[in-house]
Amino acid sequence: MDVPHLFILNESIRNLYFHVCMWFSMMILFGVSVVYSIKYLAGFNLRNDIFAVNFAAVGSFLGILGYATGTIWANYTWVTDQNQSLGSILKEPKLIGAAIALLIYGAYFVLRGSFTDMDKKARISAVYNIFAFAMLFPSIWIIPRLVGSLHPGAPGSDSGNPALNFKDIDSRLRMVFYPAVIGWTLLGVWIATLKIRIQLLKDKTLLHD
Amino acid sequence: MNKIFALLKKDVLLEFRQQHTFYGILLYIASTVFVLYLSIENPDLNVWSGLFWVIQLFICVNAVAKSFLQEGKGRMLYFYTLSSPTQFIVAKILYNILIMSVMSLLSLVLFSIFMGNPVTNISKFVGIVLLGGASISMVFSIMSAIAAKAQQNAALIAILGFPVILPLLLLLMRLSKTAFNEVFKEGAVLELIGLITGLDALIVVLAIILFPYLWKD
Repeated sequence: MDVPHLFILNESIRNLYFHVCMWFSMMILFGVSVVYSIKYLAGFNLRNDIFAVNFAAVGSFLGILGYATGTIWANYTWVTDQNQSLGSILKEPKLIGAAIALLIYGAYFVLRGSFTDMDKKARISAVYNIFAFAMLFPSIWIIPRLVGSLHPGAPGSDSGNPALNFKDIDSRLRMVFYPAVIGWTLLGVWIATLKIRIQLLKDKTLLHD
Repeated sequence: MNKIFALLKKDVLLEFRQQHTFYGILLYIASTVFVLYLSIENPDLNVWSGLFWVIQLFICVNAVAKSFLQEGKGRMLYFYTLSSPTQFIVAKILYNILIMSVMSLLSLVLFSIFMGNPVTNISKFVGIVLLGGASISMVFSIMSAIAAKAQQNAALIAILGFPVILPLLLLLMRLSKTAFNEVFKEGAVLELIGLITGLDALIVVLAIILFPYLWKD
């Protein structure tokens, strides 16, 4: 598949199929996790808690992968071609937002680890999951759009939503990009369901339904 | 409404009776600012503002953390029979906002005495500090309620709260630049204030919805 050859980006543009898609599926999986947390609080069924924690775990993993692919991309565009210092790259609002996301879910797992009672663990961590997700949303979707940045999607760069805006993404890229988003998300869901099924078998005696 | 005021009054009265906690936090503020004064003299604008907000954060962790930890299991049961969870959390949040406002104003005074005062628009900055103190204390009220349910609670508040408070803190630091005479795009200041108050409203609504689940044992 041919790709547009742009200044600085060159062939690294193909990273779009990995980097952007991973963040998309991370956000979708976190969303699914929150839905299961709400469902848990509605009926106190431990099955929903197992769903919530595993979707959050796979979401965090995809977030780490998104960071890794972003590092490779930044290495070829920001560092090599634009001579940006490490300090200015680390201050990127998008990187900070993503770091907040990973920290929040890190805290979620620490919180879970600090309980011995299963029902209490499920209940309190569901509350934290919902609250944290609500605070995560502005840090990823609003703040990076208010401040200047090297990353696409900052004000002044007129790209609006990077990779979603019809003006800045080539149709050849879109043909792979959209299926790739779905593909990465489904891959994440598949891994999560494997983990969930193992956990459900382990806790068979505790779940009564 | 009456019950909220009764609960609020009880917390304020407790504060007056057990003055050691209040003075403890005051001493905490004074000593941290003094340590900063000894280590950095005449910090420049960005350092001043960064230090100020970080100190606000730590003051809040210390002042608000005890709000749920101090209530023993028996006392919580007693409140359970007296009021609804919504009334209880609203009273707690109001009380924390009150105490945090006092603390942040005091720390602003101490900061301007020891670290110099780069703020050009004092009334604006006081407003931003009050807004910031209220926002931070709301978030930490919920975090304190969550952490009180776990075993090693004191350390957990920081772990749970810091990532959640970061977006708010970033917005506040950005907003406080208006008081340092930095020129903003027209409407950008209002946009920031709107965003922060919107987040605050979201926090309060979530607290009211979610607290009943924390409270039942």
